[in-house]
Amino acid sequence: MKIYGVALLAACFLAGKLLGNVLGNLINIESDIGGVGFAMLLLMVSSMYLRKKGWMVEETKQGILFWSSIYIPIVVAMAATLNVNAAMSGGVVTLFAGIGVTLVCMLLVPLLSKIGRRSETVLSEKTKNGNR
Amino acid sequence: MKQYYLKKQRMEIVKNIIDKNGLILAFLFVGVIMLFSFWVSKYLTRNKIPSVAIAIIIGLSLALFGDNNGIADIPIFAGMAVLGGSMFRDFAVVSTAMSADLSKIKGAGLAGIISLFIGVTVSFFLGVLIAFSLGYTDAESLTTIAAGACTYIVGPVTGSAIGASSEVIAISVATGVVKTIFTTVITPLIAKKIKLDNPHSAVVFGGLIGTTSGVVAGLAATDEKLVPYGALTSTFYTGLGCLLCPSIFYLSVKFLLL
Repeated sequence: MKIYGVALLAACFLAGKLLGNVLGNLINIESDIGGVGFAMLLLMVSSMYLRKKGWMVEETKQGILFWSSIYIPIVVAMAATLNVNAAMSGGVVTLFAGIGVTLVCMLLVPLLSKIGRRSETVLSEKTKNGNR
Repeated sequence: MKQYYLKKQRMEIVKNIIDKNGLILAFLFVGVIMLFSFWVSKYLTRNKIPSVAIAIIIGLSLALFGDNNGIADIPIFAGMAVLGGSMFRDFAVVSTAMSADLSKIKGAGLAGIISLFIGVTVSFFLGVLIAFSLGYTDAESLTTIAAGACTYIVGPVTGSAIGASSEVIAISVATGVVKTIFTTVITPLIAKKIKLDNPHSAVVFGGLIGTTSGVVAGLAATDEKLVPYGALTSTFYTGLGCLLCPSIFYLSVKFLLL
């Protein structure tokens, strides 16, 4: 049944949100810290577990995949409900700060992408050496 | 005369249906936008501009017709706020984790965490610098505007925590929205140049930019497969920003101003 998949997704979503909010509460900020991130990890781990057990049937999977195919329309709806007017009329500070910061951070992507890669190649070299 | 009343009555019926089924109308409306963008992408740009990017730009331009909540401020489109609200957005984003590869995330874990800290720090202090050079000199305003340069949630959270004026808080929200929109539009254009074409760099990208809406929309327009990786790190960004901006960062801005 597809609803099993949707229910699993809902369980992971709520558990993740709970974790994020509890974490925020623990360090005294009334905000969700990585709730969606925790939920994603939960979904990955639990679906892997279910697959191993052989309980993740195609129908169940479809219930989750439907939502991941609908997120682009949701993003479009989100874009249509942003306060674009305020962003355009916010003045020089908003434009300079918003665009400047984003551009600089984007330019840092290739630089920081090297971090894990280097250790990955080192690791694989090590295992190669170990095999020898 | 009778006909006029009949007409009016029918208008009432239509209005009633729309009022009661706003979300369903939003499904239809977004579906039409997607279909139209697909058509434009295929026949007018020969698939050079992805249909997702066109659809998002149409969405953003539709938002101009409204106010605080974009097009959802127009009563018949109120359902768009539900469909595009954080509940559906987060639910759908979580579901993309199904197609993410856990081993790839493990491999990029360290880079992701480092990029989160660097992303928040660089955004904040560059934001302070820009606000300072444009004439803001008090620690509260500088901190709040710079927090807005992290995301549009970090801005108001920080501003109200340290007691900034409501005008400055509004500016910080607008700064965050500019970041989101700019990320959405520019990501597909800049992706090749910053080598954003694999899960690893998508994890880093999410950590550096942090605005979940912008990261998700931008990656969707670039390459749908990258979405879960960028979304994963970016969801920690706002929390980290809310943690650092009103505390350590605020104090260091105060210290710098002395």
